[in-house]
Amino acid sequence: MSSTTPLLDVSGLTKHFPIKGGFPIRRTVGAVQAVDGLDFQVAEGESLGLVGESGCGKSTTGRLITRLLEPTAGKVSYRGQDITHASRKELAPIRSEIQMIFQDPYASLNPRHTVGKIISGPMEINDVNPPGGRENRVRELLEIVGLNPEHYNRFPHEFSGGQRQRIGVARALALEPKLIVADEPVSALDVSIQAQVVNLLQKVQKELGIAFVFIAHDLAIVRHFSQRVAVMYLGKIVEIADREDLYDNPRHPYTRALLSAVPEATVDAAPRERIRLVGDVPSPINPPSGCRFRTRCWKATEKCATEAPPLVQADGNKPGHLTACHYPEMRDTVPAPRLSKDPEAAA
Amino acid sequence: MFRFLVRRVLGAVITLFIISAITFMLFYAVPRDPARMACGKLCTPETLQLIRHNMGIDEALPVQYWHWITGIFLGREYPGFGHCNAPCLGYSFVNREPVLSTIADRFPTTVSLALGSAVVFLIFGIGAGMLAAVKQGKALDKIASSASLIASSMQIYFVGPLALYFLVYQFHILDQPSYNGFLDDPLSWANGLLVPWLVLALIWTANYTRMTRSQLVETLTEDYVRTARAKGMSRRNVFFRFAWRGAMAPIITIFGIDLGTLLGGAMITEYTFSLQGIGLLSVKSVQTNDLPMLLGIMVITSSFVVIANIVVDAIYGLIDPRIRLA
Amino acid sequence: MTSTDQQPFLSVKDLKVHFSTEDGVVKAVDGLSFDLMRGKTLGIVGESGSGKSVTNLTILGLHNPDSTSVEGSIELDGQELNGAPEKTLEHLRGNKMAMIFQDALASLSPYHTIGAQIGEVYRKHKGASKKEARERAVEMLRRVGIPQPESRVDNYPHEFSGGMRQRAMIAMALVCDPELLIADEPTTALDVTVQAQIMDLLKDLQREFGTAIIFITHDLGVIADIADEVLVMYGGRCVERGTKKEVLSSPRHPYTWGLLSSMPSLDGPVDVPLNPIPGSPPSLLNPPSGCRFHPRCAFAEKVDGNRCAKESPVLEITNGRGSACHLTDEQRTEYLADLTAAKHH
Repeated sequence: MSSTTPLLDVSGLTKHFPIKGGFPIRRTVGAVQAVDGLDFQVAEGESLGLVGESGCGKSTTGRLITRLLEPTAGKVSYRGQDITHASRKELAPIRSEIQMIFQDPYASLNPRHTVGKIISGPMEINDVNPPGGRENRVRELLEIVGLNPEHYNRFPHEFSGGQRQRIGVARALALEPKLIVADEPVSALDVSIQAQVVNLLQKVQKELGIAFVFIAHDLAIVRHFSQRVAVMYLGKIVEIADREDLYDNPRHPYTRALLSAVPEATVDAAPRERIRLVGDVPSPINPPSGCRFRTRCWKATEKCATEAPPLVQADGNKPGHLTACHYPEMRDTVPAPRLSKDPEAAA
Repeated sequence: MFRFLVRRVLGAVITLFIISAITFMLFYAVPRDPARMACGKLCTPETLQLIRHNMGIDEALPVQYWHWITGIFLGREYPGFGHCNAPCLGYSFVNREPVLSTIADRFPTTVSLALGSAVVFLIFGIGAGMLAAVKQGKALDKIASSASLIASSMQIYFVGPLALYFLVYQFHILDQPSYNGFLDDPLSWANGLLVPWLVLALIWTANYTRMTRSQLVETLTEDYVRTARAKGMSRRNVFFRFAWRGAMAPIITIFGIDLGTLLGGAMITEYTFSLQGIGLLSVKSVQTNDLPMLLGIMVITSSFVVIANIVVDAIYGLIDPRIRLA
Repeated sequence: MTSTDQQPFLSVKDLKVHFSTEDGVVKAVDGLSFDLMRGKTLGIVGESGSGKSVTNLTILGLHNPDSTSVEGSIELDGQELNGAPEKTLEHLRGNKMAMIFQDALASLSPYHTIGAQIGEVYRKHKGASKKEARERAVEMLRRVGIPQPESRVDNYPHEFSGGMRQRAMIAMALVCDPELLIADEPTTALDVTVQAQIMDLLKDLQREFGTAIIFITHDLGVIADIADEVLVMYGGRCVERGTKKEVLSSPRHPYTWGLLSSMPSLDGPVDVPLNPIPGSPPSLLNPPSGCRFHPRCAFAEKVDGNRCAKESPVLEITNGRGSACHLTDEQRTEYLADLTAAKHH
């Protein structure tokens, strides 16, 4: 990790959504602990993947970073500037540098606006006048994302799902952002189209040097796209590491279980080890004490119930590989990942 | 359910206080002095003052309001009339009759009109809507849909006199509209109201036909309806067990609002059929600056609207288990 | 599960499903044939608009009869289903053939308890009493792994978690011991760990009851896990068929190649671009001429005389293996050899 200020620095980030109830007067009676004390950094030009299952708080995290939601506690710094509770006015210059791409390419584009208007929207709002004019810039952006610049005056419904997501990417690029938060950007797309959009995002990241927070549940896509990956469970980061370390040497039992559950499109002679988690993710209203994963963990002891494991560099971890577990998995107990595929497989 | 009712009734009481307070204020914002009007041509300042005192409008506004509120719960002394027992809504400025008994006199007419026509339009509206939904896209659906479009663009003051002319005066098929107490003679009660019921229902039925149809058509495309069919349920079974229930909730919501409107008094209807209901009474009270009467009508009719809403929400909770009443 | 039983349990022959819409005729399924043996799983792979879901709704007879024309034959255990009277189909649905859907929350009635919804199938087809149906529902919920089934049976779907709802759907589909189960993307909306649970459950149940399963998915990883045979659909047609091993290890159609190579894997290279299939899935209102994949196919130009655009390739099946493509076997071998070579660099 470099010693310079990271682009994005998140510490102790917490979001609790209040639950109203009580009788006879309604009041706050509890909280959904959607995100609870996250610490992570994103360096310039880097892509951090945020993976986890539904309800783990990854989307909420994305919304907190972009300040679509206000954190309950903790701190979000962008280029060293504290934006945790920054007002609309203070946020204005930063908003243009942090952009978001959403999951649903159908719902996130205004059906009554032309593509040109959609993509130039951020420039209008922020009163940005690129040299050569906004329309030129939009045509340039359309070209970058692989759409025909002639389609400037078309409406979203005239495009396929993959093309719409390209429009979403073009809109996010309009203000030359430094950081893009992409929330499940490909999961609504057909398999054959997903790769197109992943390639586009990768090109954007490399050529324009944009940092990404890439939120997804598809572990293979996250591995492909993100240099560093954080695994979340029930509002907490349980493990964060460079992708090689995380996928080859998962130390947290949850990470290991998650990886073993991913079905792969190959017919193996030797089936992979499978860890089957039992039961459901507990409610974030009343999460388990201590380690939140302990209710489904095969290694849990008394200690796990009383003491929340800190996110630290566990014994045997490379620098920057942090694991929140009292009993991290050992490398040699990890089954050798399936390295060789059937040589004939076209993959 | 208990918590829900307690909370909602408390809320309703507060709402009613606010409504009455606003009515109270607005009344004094009108540049007309009821005492001055009652005083007549030969009006001395002393008489005016006396009348003011008798009307109970010689005090500060909040004090007046306080008297009015306490009157409802405890009764109050009226200088010119003596004691008025709780719940006391005061005496009319115009004819000095107790407000409560005047309203009690008129209200059964309005309630009978509203409930009677509601029964008719619910039966015909929902029935026709269901038929149209079952026969979606077929001739029957098209007939029902166009008929409801035509009917919904009708107005009482057009259909009412026509109905009166043909059904009553010309061909003597039905009786002249009149109100007879239900408890005295149910048959003549129904007889007297049949024409207004039919006319009101004609116009309202159309709304319910269209709403029922569109709700049902939408529900029939739901995934759980497809699942039911995949389980081997017949079309008819699916229709009555699943689709109907999904379609009902929004219809009940709208019905709650409509019922409130109807109970608030259908002025034009009452006028058309010369029925002495709440609607006409409120028009008259506005014209004559009759504050106690107006306040009384306001409180009673808004209570009905509020109660209708609570009942609707409670029913909604019974129909749809996803809605938790608390 | 008798391997001697050579008669296919389900046999679909030259199925054509066409919808008439305001814009014209949508050829959702256009000449599809396949067989399925008892106790086996057929995986149908395809993207949106490939006709995979329509095929299965048609097998159950759940298409809208007013706007849909169905040609061809659907034989279940020797009984022709296309054109069969509604009463016959009603008797078969939920009883001999059952279906589970992708979105369990939307697919379960929000107004009835889980127990009532499961029990109702049992009462309808087995003539059971309310009490028996309830007991059966509890038994089924226990069988699919729902904890405390005695109390859970009275819950509503919204009180269940996503994984439990899909388990309840499975319980509902299997309550009458159907011999054919159609699963339409049953795990797509679920998280991977829950998906793994559900697939294990389906495999267990299949072993236990010998159910024939049609498993529809867009995820080749899921296919690798659960299917015996695979049918790849594109634009309303079957482009490739074979055993799971054949299709995944030595795929023969460029569309299958594209699907396999466009997906990142957990151990593939990371700093290279993926190999997407260019373009978008075809419109079934106005499908491309010839081979429906040819506008997106990188190999179309290797075939002489623009044949791919002119002539629809025939799906020839020998021993359950085949693909519909104009490429010659040599051209295919060449491609696969190149690919293997590229992987070693």
